[in-house]
Amino acid sequence: MEPTDTSRPDYFHRVVDCQWACPAHTDVPEYIRLIAQGEFTQAYMVNRDSNVFPGILGRVCDRPCEPACRRGRIEEKPVAICRLKRVASDNRDDIAALLPKVPREKNGKRIACIGAGPASLTVANDLLPLGYEVTIFEQYAVPGGLMRTNIPAFRLPAKVLDEEIGYIVDMGAELRLNSPIKSMKQLLDSEEFDAVFVGSGAPKGKELELPGRHDTDRIHIGISWLESIAFGHIDKVGQRVLIIGVGNTAMDCCRSSLRLGATDVKVMARKPRQFFKASEWELEDAEAEKVQIVINHAPKSFVVEGGKLTGMLFEKLEYDIENGDITATRSLGDVFFPCDDVILAIGQENAFPWIEKGIGIELDKWHVPKVNGVTFQSTRQEVFFGGDAAFGPKNIIWSVEHGHQAAISIHKFCQEEAIEQRLPRGVTLSSRKMGMHEWAYKNEYNGAERRLVPHVGLVERFKKINIEVELGFTAEEAALEVQRCLNCDVQTVFTAKLCIECDACIDICPVDCLTITQNGAEGDLRMRLTAPATNPSQALYVSAALPQTARVMVKDEDVCVHCGLCAERCPTAAWDMQKSSIRIPHALDEEVRACPA
Amino acid sequence: MSYINKPKVAHPSLPTNSLGLTRRQYEGSMSTLCAGCGHDSVTAAMVEACWGLSMQPEQLVKLSGIGCSSKTTAYFVSGSHGFNSVHGRMPSIASGANAANRSLTYVGISGDGDSLSIGMGQLVHVIRRNVNMLYLIENNGVYGLTKGQFSASADIGTKAKRGETNSSPPIDPVLLALTLGATFVARSFSGDKAQLVPLIQAGMRHNGFALIDVLSPCVTFNDHEGSTKSYGFTREHYHPAVEADFVPRAQEIAVDYPAGEAIPVSLHDGSRVILRKLDPLYDPTDRGAAYNYIENKLKQNEYVTGLIHIDEADNTEFHTLNRTAAMPLNSIPFERLSPGSVALDKLMARYR
Repeated sequence: MEPTDTSRPDYFHRVVDCQWACPAHTDVPEYIRLIAQGEFTQAYMVNRDSNVFPGILGRVCDRPCEPACRRGRIEEKPVAICRLKRVASDNRDDIAALLPKVPREKNGKRIACIGAGPASLTVANDLLPLGYEVTIFEQYAVPGGLMRTNIPAFRLPAKVLDEEIGYIVDMGAELRLNSPIKSMKQLLDSEEFDAVFVGSGAPKGKELELPGRHDTDRIHIGISWLESIAFGHIDKVGQRVLIIGVGNTAMDCCRSSLRLGATDVKVMARKPRQFFKASEWELEDAEAEKVQIVINHAPKSFVVEGGKLTGMLFEKLEYDIENGDITATRSLGDVFFPCDDVILAIGQENAFPWIEKGIGIELDKWHVPKVNGVTFQSTRQEVFFGGDAAFGPKNIIWSVEHGHQAAISIHKFCQEEAIEQRLPRGVTLSSRKMGMHEWAYKNEYNGAERRLVPHVGLVERFKKINIEVELGFTAEEAALEVQRCLNCDVQTVFTAKLCIECDACIDICPVDCLTITQNGAEGDLRMRLTAPATNPSQALYVSAALPQTARVMVKDEDVCVHCGLCAERCPTAAWDMQKSSIRIPHALDEEVRACPA
Repeated sequence: MSYINKPKVAHPSLPTNSLGLTRRQYEGSMSTLCAGCGHDSVTAAMVEACWGLSMQPEQLVKLSGIGCSSKTTAYFVSGSHGFNSVHGRMPSIASGANAANRSLTYVGISGDGDSLSIGMGQLVHVIRRNVNMLYLIENNGVYGLTKGQFSASADIGTKAKRGETNSSPPIDPVLLALTLGATFVARSFSGDKAQLVPLIQAGMRHNGFALIDVLSPCVTFNDHEGSTKSYGFTREHYHPAVEADFVPRAQEIAVDYPAGEAIPVSLHDGSRVILRKLDPLYDPTDRGAAYNYIENKLKQNEYVTGLIHIDEADNTEFHTLNRTAAMPLNSIPFERLSPGSVALDKLMARYR
């Protein structure tokens, strides 16, 4: 293999698994260290730089970082990254003074954002400090989008939403509530705005057209039903409720049902658990509340007798599964489940009935706009899409990242710069060496198991619809959980010409990451290491030829615990522990600033 | 010295031996030797070798004297027996322990100072008595603990870190052991575990005294230009003459070697050593020839490594020679160990 080029920002970025997996590339190890030091406000601001809504995301993020966490490959459970984010948020001081400064003098460009959800709010957050005037159009009387209407208050309290949305609105965004955009053509023809950002989400719940669907009013579309609960239009439900679908929306629906008076709630799944779309932790929370999840049942018809919904008919299925794929399906006959209400939570879609044809915004055959995956520009140059509105339903953290990228594009577009020419990512490395064997980070491995977040008791939590179930970590639990972070951003950096091949690093490495051997092709090399490198998603770090024997030092990044013992036992400092900082450019970084005179 | 301990966390797919133990479970306490010391690699080789032999930790006895090298025994197989003796006196302790309990496996770890200077008088006798043990010398040519004076194994012409050149001839433990009739003599290098691990395993299983002279560079006082025991010099001048593969008992030899190329030697316990000659002129089973070969190569500034001499047919092991009891003393019933005054009187009568 060729020597690894560590000057590419992606190399060390990938080693920080959590940051690499996060769509917004939040600097997770950095904020966890700040929490460990008690610097909650700073930890909050590190988060806010990339993910804008730490308080919200610290509760309801889809947390792609956690399945990626290296700790999960060393022992079973990853670091509770998401819940630590909430610790930073819960314990922060007033951050008003730390927010980006908005210039009094505007740059004369006006931007419209459609929908006051996470994507639009991020665009506003990024463009206001550059002097743009941003107007946000929201159809409802409160901002927040699906964060407010689809996530129940017992998971995300309104206070948290109000606070973090408030930071952005208070920067000077013009928020026009109760102002749905009914015609895109009209908005564009008004020439009031230099650019338009569409962040209107994927607000249309999918239908399930089966016999009996329209013979009763007790069948509800999940996301609309949740929205009605959020706005207080619905405050009760029947005793027996069936939820169709097993995604995260289904979990919110079943738990909401319990709070509206249901006592027998079943989530009906067509396939076995391994195919569920819901996140494992959301399933656990629902099951903890005694929701029954019924697998292998495909809905067949709604049973309505005398205008009254009495239940649903399902086809019971059996599957042959090989290597995670279903290879055969057999029917085991029909089963009837009685119920009073049915909630359909089988997915959601974009819907743009208000975007007219022939105004230059092309939609594809699924009525989804054609959007550039890097710039988020549509086929009409001043119109940009982001969040669920761009590529269909994802999650909040993806919406935020779309917002960041769209903001860069809008800025470049308004400044008449080429929007494809964006600042590249960068990486800076700085040694953590302080003394002979002292490092400017806590390198000792802590074997503590993942801490559990305390929850409100199973009786207490159902008393009101908006009692937040999760309490957040206590100070003691947070102090222990932060020590589980492996500091993957403190990188092992190797200088081949200093190595005397004494094997000290190989002998001390607790997880057998290191090998000195003859170079070879990657597949061959992976099998010849001290411990075979069987995880191809993790890179091999291959050095230049070593001075004495021309062999190479190979490090398998897979299970390195970043304890720094290789560097500590290295007599020549060929190994060093260096902190990598990944620079992810945002709109503010694109602004070329003149030196003050 | 490191400030943190090696964490207990291990690679998730670490293999286990026939006792169900991983390599990590054969480790000892954290080394306090200088970073980059060759001795730490010997430690790692000992861990690997003991794990590979599925050694029960309590069946192992580690013995040492004084010096950097003698600290090694603290760093592997923490569940075993150990004795850290007076400087240079480890062979006496080993002989005594072995005499009392022949059922255990004895490993002595010493250095060039402990064995070739202060303990020379002891070393030669433990070889001569053919005590059943592995005696490993971590040889670096300097007194590291007293800041780098030449030791008795320093080569003529080698330079000290502070500049002076050595003019006294070295004692070569390999030639010494051959002279005294040792039946297992090997030389290796701390930086070559592929060679060292099977040598350690074979040495531990050999019935009789096994000596391995391991060149183990002193990274602090003897790893500079002009030193003949630095990492760089060793890599250039140490050449294997014979490769030894250790095949544990009850494991079939997977490959049939062509006749003449590989010499299988059966060890006492049923395991085997497969010798592969890299130099066809060399015969490791002929002690005299081995001596001459090594000496000639030394004149060419070449240090021969590998299993230099093995004689498994030799029957002069300490216990055999002394016709001692087959059982360890601690398992012989008290009545037999101490037959009482009547038996003593009978014995004394023989001398009257």
